[in-house]
Amino acid sequence: MIRILARYSILFVLTLLVLAVMSFSLAYLFPGDVLANLTGIVPANDEQRAALEKQFRLDRSYLVQFFYYMGDLFSGEWGYSFTSGIPLREEIGIAMPATIELATYSMLMALVIGIPLGYYAGMRCYSSSDYIINTTSITTYSFPVFWFALLLILVFSLQLDKAPLSGRISLLFDVEPVSGFILIDILLSDLENKRLAFKDAMSHLTLPTIAIGAISTASIVRITRRSVIDAKNQPYIAAAMSRGLSGGQIFFRHILRNALLPILPLMAIQITTLITNTMIVETLFSWPGIGNWLIQAIYQRDYPALRVGMLAVSSLVIMLTITVDMFNRLIDPSREKYEHAAI
Amino acid sequence: MLASMLKRVAVCALTAVCVVSCAKQNKQPFYSTGVVYCSESNPVTFNPQLDTSSTTSDATSHQLYDRLLDFDPDSGRIVPSLASSWLVSDDGLTYAFQLRRDVEFHNTDYFTPSRNFNASDVLFSINRWRLPTHPFHNVSNGSYPYFESLGLADNIANVERVNGYRVEITLKRRDSSFLANLATDFSVILSQEYGSQLFKEGNPSQIDQLPVGTGPYKFESFRKDSYIKYLHHENYWRRDINAGVNALTENIDEGIEGNTEDNTKDNNEELGVANADTSVKQLIFDITPRSSLRLAKLMTGECDATAFPAQTELEVIRNREDLTLAEKPGLNIGFWAFNTQRAPFDNPNVRRALAIAIDKNTLLEAVYFDSASRAKSLLPAASWAYQNDADDTAYNPVLARRLLAEAGIEPGFSMTIWAMPVERAYNPNAMKMAELIQRYLREVGVEANIVTYDWKTFRRHLQEGLHDSVLIGWSADNGDPDNFYRPLLSCGAIPSGTNRAMWCDKDYDRLINEALKTEDLDKRRAIYHQVNRLMFERLPLVPIAHAYRYQAYRNEVKGMTINPFGGVRFGGVEKVL
Repeated sequence: MIRILARYSILFVLTLLVLAVMSFSLAYLFPGDVLANLTGIVPANDEQRAALEKQFRLDRSYLVQFFYYMGDLFSGEWGYSFTSGIPLREEIGIAMPATIELATYSMLMALVIGIPLGYYAGMRCYSSSDYIINTTSITTYSFPVFWFALLLILVFSLQLDKAPLSGRISLLFDVEPVSGFILIDILLSDLENKRLAFKDAMSHLTLPTIAIGAISTASIVRITRRSVIDAKNQPYIAAAMSRGLSGGQIFFRHILRNALLPILPLMAIQITTLITNTMIVETLFSWPGIGNWLIQAIYQRDYPALRVGMLAVSSLVIMLTITVDMFNRLIDPSREKYEHAAI
Repeated sequence: MLASMLKRVAVCALTAVCVVSCAKQNKQPFYSTGVVYCSESNPVTFNPQLDTSSTTSDATSHQLYDRLLDFDPDSGRIVPSLASSWLVSDDGLTYAFQLRRDVEFHNTDYFTPSRNFNASDVLFSINRWRLPTHPFHNVSNGSYPYFESLGLADNIANVERVNGYRVEITLKRRDSSFLANLATDFSVILSQEYGSQLFKEGNPSQIDQLPVGTGPYKFESFRKDSYIKYLHHENYWRRDINAGVNALTENIDEGIEGNTEDNTKDNNEELGVANADTSVKQLIFDITPRSSLRLAKLMTGECDATAFPAQTELEVIRNREDLTLAEKPGLNIGFWAFNTQRAPFDNPNVRRALAIAIDKNTLLEAVYFDSASRAKSLLPAASWAYQNDADDTAYNPVLARRLLAEAGIEPGFSMTIWAMPVERAYNPNAMKMAELIQRYLREVGVEANIVTYDWKTFRRHLQEGLHDSVLIGWSADNGDPDNFYRPLLSCGAIPSGTNRAMWCDKDYDRLINEALKTEDLDKRRAIYHQVNRLMFERLPLVPIAHAYRYQAYRNEVKGMTINPFGGVRFGGVEKVL
């Protein structure tokens, strides 16, 4: 147990270190002034430049620079955005939770709809209802996410006028960001129209969540179905049947949990796709998340923002992947045979 | 089994649809308490004295502030605002303004006014841009492009407080456009009390970021690339703007002679009581750079009004019953300016060659569709000094190639065309125009590279003169021709960054100065015709188009008018669901 934890933490730290090296070298690889790329501050005169260079040890060797760069990263001094002049930590602190929120709801939707449907299809495999579910999920899975999102906008926002197409909540509501999750923030706030605000936020959430969630749902349906079919074909099921157990007993005692186990690691792979899809869909729905923010940074050639943004997104993905993987390992001792931790 | 399965799917689908449709309840009265305006970009500052871009003046000028005088949006005449009346001396050098007494400043989290508006505020606001010694002059970079481009500060001899509610401004030379300049978006009145409070706290630059004014809305918050939030100013002196302006225009002729104060005040009070509660409580600028998204938001009702609908979208708006498209010929000009301080563009023949290498009519069709008229000089037809028979360049690539060869420009010569990154009425799609020009120039053996940056950087680099040529334009702030000729091409306008051609010509400056010395319109018109001739000969820039102005809004919004003399106005706008 401790060995597993240690292995994963070493893996985690090393990966982050590599990412930090990459992000640091971006300051040199991006065009323009290294100092400005690193700090986001364009020095006004030579004196200021000299002082800043000294502060960031640009006069010393790369190794020393990197050491202090790491120090700045940990103390939360990530530099300033070129375009807004706001500390990047603050900007990411607003954008990141918005993305995580959207991804979480989409994941929840995928789990709540995908797993039961998958079980249903798996239990009735090769029947007509299985074929319907399977076909639908393959079709949905093949949708490019941006196309599907645009389709939703076109139908539900522009044609039927049922849902808004941009942002997290109508700007008329003044919600104080506490947790960064809009629904929680509304509940925590002292708005007069809490119910209305909640409804408004929900209506803003609906389309993007469906757009991202549908594709994850489709893949979860397929993973679950496959796993249930595999479990059903195991000899112990035949044994249970021969002992005369009822269908329900077989399902709840033998299939449910055994089928669930192989699903978890496969779902971990979905997290990366989920985050990527979220970032794409955000830009379409003008969701103020990290994907949208990074795109703006690219348009405006905001190098400090790109440097830190890349680091933040990749750290998030690595963190989630490693955590889920470790969790899998802990609950599934049969994976002990894979000696080394891996992403 | 299939049936039960289908039933389940149907139930799921129905619930999903219900969640979506039940969520949409914009008819709630709450939604009529705020107006959302989809604007195209971030304001550079919250003080329009410091910036000439229309994004800044849209966001601030008529929302947060008032001016001494205003333009009537329909007639273009100058009407009283914070100054209830004014007198001009016989020699045309002294202007005396009588100020309103009942005007309150915004009460915000960061400032609580202890007194009403008075003469000190006028002195503070004007002296800030006028006097380099003023404690606030150098705050926020200390650059006042509009006033600098007109050389206004040099012409004011004195601004004097006669008593608490009377101010006298003395000029050095006659300037027939002076009152018009005081009515532009940039001549806003700031709070002197707020200024001195900030000065004491040692944080003077806050005055331009957390603004205080007397306008119909007060500042609440701003997040770059997202939104600006304004709250309704409870004690706004002009309770109902539309009624107020009408009442004022009726009195305008008397206004020039003085003493309409009581009259208009009574009018406003009467109307104010009747309309006190219908005005909106919040005004929100939803910053949406993409024009198609602004239109989409307008259609779903997430925006109540939008800035700069693209030419291709006008038909869509006209065809929808829930939207209104207002249009008016605009006081603007879109042009292609050469950086005349860089070789080889300092050679008028090179500029001429490039100018005749492009076909303006194609640009008009492809970029403006049918919503602009071809520009010959700087002035649009709406101006009184418009010259119908002004000389114009004609498309002639053969001559262009010959001129280039004579000027020693080798085929394959490469130059940059800077295309502005934002949409403006005068140039709705600079990128597309740049691509078209690029193709025309290739035919005469010139390789053009298109350059663009975000708006703020773009303007900074332009001011530094890093461009070879640029596609940009100008929206006038008042109907006076001087408002086109001086900021765009005079020597004084180079440092302030409105002279994109970086052009300085003694003859040009002499002529436009001469035009201001007389109040006789015929004489001024004749001088401006000479100026047009001069411009045609030396071609520092190629005039391309005068565009119509459009504003799209939802039918629920009442009281929106197009202001041809500058920024959008939300004072007096209501929303009826």
